[in-house]
Amino acid sequence: MSTEPRGKRPGRPSIGSGNEPSGRRPQKMTTGRFGLYAFLVITAAFFLTPLYVMLATSLKSMPEIREGNLLSWPIAPTVAAWVKAWSTACTGLNCTGLQVGFMNSVRILVPSVLLSISVGAVTGYTLSFWRPRGAEILFGALMMVAFVPYQVFIYPLVRIFSYAGLNNSLAGIVVVHTIFGLPTMTLIFRNHFAALPNELFRAARVDGAGFWRIFGQIMLPMAVPIIVVAMILQVTGIWNDFIFGLVFAGRENLPMTVQLNNIVNSTQGEREYNVDMAATMLTALVPLAVYFFSGRWFVRGIAAGAVKG
Amino acid sequence: MPARSDVSIRGVEISYGPVRVLERLDLEIAQSEFLVLLGPSGCGKSTLLNAIAGLTDVDDGQIWIGGTNVTWHEPKDRGIAMVFQSYALYPRMTVRGNMSFGLRVAGAPKADIERRVREAAEMLRITDLLERKPSELSGGQRQRVAIGRALVRDAGVFLLDEPLSNLDAQLRAELRVEIKRLHQRLGATMIYVTHDQIEALTLADRIAVMKDRRIQQLGSPDDVYLRPANKFVATFVGSPAMGFLLGKLGTDPSAPMFEAPGVKVPLTGYAFAERPVAGQGVELGIRPEHVLHGDGDIAADVEMVEPMGSDKLAWLRIGEQPLSIRLPAETPVARGDRLHLKLPAHRLNLFDAASGQRL
Amino acid sequence: MKSSHINAQIALLPAILIALVVYCGTTGWTIWISFTNSRMLPSSVMVGWRNYLSLIGNERWVVSVTNLFVFGALFISAALVLGFLLAAMIDRHVRAESLFRSVFLYPFSMSFIVTGLAWRWLLDPTLGIEKLAHAIGFSWFHFDWLVRPDRVIYTLVLAAVWHAAGLVMAILLAGLRGIDGEIWKAARVDGLPVWRTYISVILPMLTGSFATATLLLATSVVRLYDLSVAMTNGGPGVASEVPAKFVMDHLFERANVGLATAAASTMLVTIVAVAAPWLYYQQRGRRT
Repeated sequence: MSTEPRGKRPGRPSIGSGNEPSGRRPQKMTTGRFGLYAFLVITAAFFLTPLYVMLATSLKSMPEIREGNLLSWPIAPTVAAWVKAWSTACTGLNCTGLQVGFMNSVRILVPSVLLSISVGAVTGYTLSFWRPRGAEILFGALMMVAFVPYQVFIYPLVRIFSYAGLNNSLAGIVVVHTIFGLPTMTLIFRNHFAALPNELFRAARVDGAGFWRIFGQIMLPMAVPIIVVAMILQVTGIWNDFIFGLVFAGRENLPMTVQLNNIVNSTQGEREYNVDMAATMLTALVPLAVYFFSGRWFVRGIAAGAVKG
Repeated sequence: MPARSDVSIRGVEISYGPVRVLERLDLEIAQSEFLVLLGPSGCGKSTLLNAIAGLTDVDDGQIWIGGTNVTWHEPKDRGIAMVFQSYALYPRMTVRGNMSFGLRVAGAPKADIERRVREAAEMLRITDLLERKPSELSGGQRQRVAIGRALVRDAGVFLLDEPLSNLDAQLRAELRVEIKRLHQRLGATMIYVTHDQIEALTLADRIAVMKDRRIQQLGSPDDVYLRPANKFVATFVGSPAMGFLLGKLGTDPSAPMFEAPGVKVPLTGYAFAERPVAGQGVELGIRPEHVLHGDGDIAADVEMVEPMGSDKLAWLRIGEQPLSIRLPAETPVARGDRLHLKLPAHRLNLFDAASGQRL
Repeated sequence: MKSSHINAQIALLPAILIALVVYCGTTGWTIWISFTNSRMLPSSVMVGWRNYLSLIGNERWVVSVTNLFVFGALFISAALVLGFLLAAMIDRHVRAESLFRSVFLYPFSMSFIVTGLAWRWLLDPTLGIEKLAHAIGFSWFHFDWLVRPDRVIYTLVLAAVWHAAGLVMAILLAGLRGIDGEIWKAARVDGLPVWRTYISVILPMLTGSFATATLLLATSVVRLYDLSVAMTNGGPGVASEVPAKFVMDHLFERANVGLATAAASTMLVTIVAVAAPWLYYQQRGRRT
């Protein structure tokens, strides 16, 4: 913004007088510009409020919650609620806190992410370069599933899993995440590989490389960015999952989201909002960390997952 | 058409943040003139065009169009029309919609819009395409539509920003002729930005060669081609490129002479812009087609021969210095031959070795 | 057959198995069960359309479906409008652009459970924003939508828009950034005001991005389950029930597998009826 405008905007063009002002148009904060920032700032405040309120509530004591108001910052911040949420909060008679759910989520997360990305990468690679018969149909079926509500599959799947002895087990939930991660994973890898020049693939074949060698030594190293994107998608997606964890993980492996819901909805005694909010914050920490540390990669993940077909 | 459509740029300066892109630039463009802004990318030519259009604000200076100071006028109020490199057609509108959009926004009468679109379409032979969408057109057709959109505005000044650079060579030549014909027919002022020196030489009444935020030379195509103002202009304009020999001026003031190892060229007949200084380091530039051979006294060895259809280009070596010569296609010359060259004084260009300025 | 091609077939085996067994097999199975009198355990006694008939007469199902349409229409349109406004404003060279972007998108990284619990607390009828408003002097302010059967669905919309508007913003912003800058210049030379440029030129160019965003939002509408569970657990009464929750509850708590699978099949048929023409149109659009 220029501090000293050298001229003012002429109202009407005058012809030929020659001594009209020159130089930069004086910039001012127009009403439009002001309105734009006002809208953005107010919306940003609206978006941040829930996070702020969660944090503030989690640091308050129960008396302060009852007496104070939602937006006030705690007078005497305390992490007692966080400690309780993590280690001693109860679901029913079980008072071991969220830590159990956290560990379960980690144990589910690691193998599920690895397996779902591997299967998706191989499938995407095969579909985009080798195009075996029926590839189009297979891909179409995968894309269709991306829209179908899971409720359609769940009951028979439970029956199949119990027949195969996978029900209520870690292996079972990992397989479920792989199954339902397949459409998106296949899609992003297929799109990534399809954008590579086909000459690369032909050159490798002329050089005598086979199916797995082309995959491992040529395509996979070129897929590092998309693997990062896939990991961001899967880590947040699987961590945030509720329904599969509820149905397939079994009592011993309940993930953090399910346990969080159980803690908050536990009917024992008086409701402790500070503990509830501390538990909610704890559950949100992993995806929030992924989001803030991955920056633009998160947006890339959205874009990659969004380009259907 | 407005009575006056001359353009005057007075002391215009533009910076993007700390980066200066145009420096105190003055330029007068006459009514109905075809001026080409020629230069490598980043020289400021497109910035200047955008400033004339009102799409970029100037930091200092004034822009006058048709006798009016338009420095702060909105683009639509400047009496200009513009053609863009990427065509910038509105993809969801038909050709007719694209061409008439500005008029419709301005609230022109329907019959008037209809007539002007029809006339422009006929002039550009795109009447058949009027109901199509841009995505259904070829590159050449899209550029015709983009030109048509500008024609409909009935402006006195046309601004063309590299309009042909996205087209293949054949279409480019075709549309070049088309644009020249339009200019003759409309009598509008045209300002045309390009980095293609062939386009500049074929289209322009005058060329402004730009580099490093400044106009290096302003003149007719002949001026720019035959009498480049400095070494940059000499190398940038012309294909195949001008050859150069590094040397110095002889010491005898009565008979000026260019001297380099193995080369002595008398300069009698060369139009010096300023009095030469004896012993001054200079670079001698000469276009390949101006080099004569046969009875000269400069010995040159042929290193490579490049046939170009109608003629051929021979790459020579004079002592340590390279030079090229353009020869008729049937000239029997091969690698290893020795030619005897003559460099006619009135075809020479001498540049100060230090500053690069023409002598 | 060359060994490479055999390898290709082997590599696709997991995907083929999943497609055949899980996607096709279980879908068929679900549809088949929906025609049996299965209660807690599967049964093979066929009862024709009986489950579907009792579904139509089931008040909870009717509420669920109504909720889904109300929620879907409001949520999708609100998220699209807000997302577009945010994207367009951020695209107008604002300062601290990446800060704004991060703030608008962060809710999307969190789960629906977290979203639901956070908003449940904010909208708490005794300790939430109503108390806040009273504390700063607006004693007339009354906000109990979370426990009002006729309003509770709008609180779900509010939470869901908060969760997903950033997603729409990110998709549309990418679309806006993909628009050739010379289009803007051409519009200025044509004398268009900025708002008119957005409506007449830019919006039509963003139809692809809008379609993508709408599709993603619609998918999450159909799958809407966790948010309802965490925020209201379907309450008060059945006022915020949704079809996905209806299916889950009847599968695992109310032990009426026949009814649940009939509900799931109905959802599936509806989706296919909507998605199939869209997919077909997409495929055709790509070819031309």
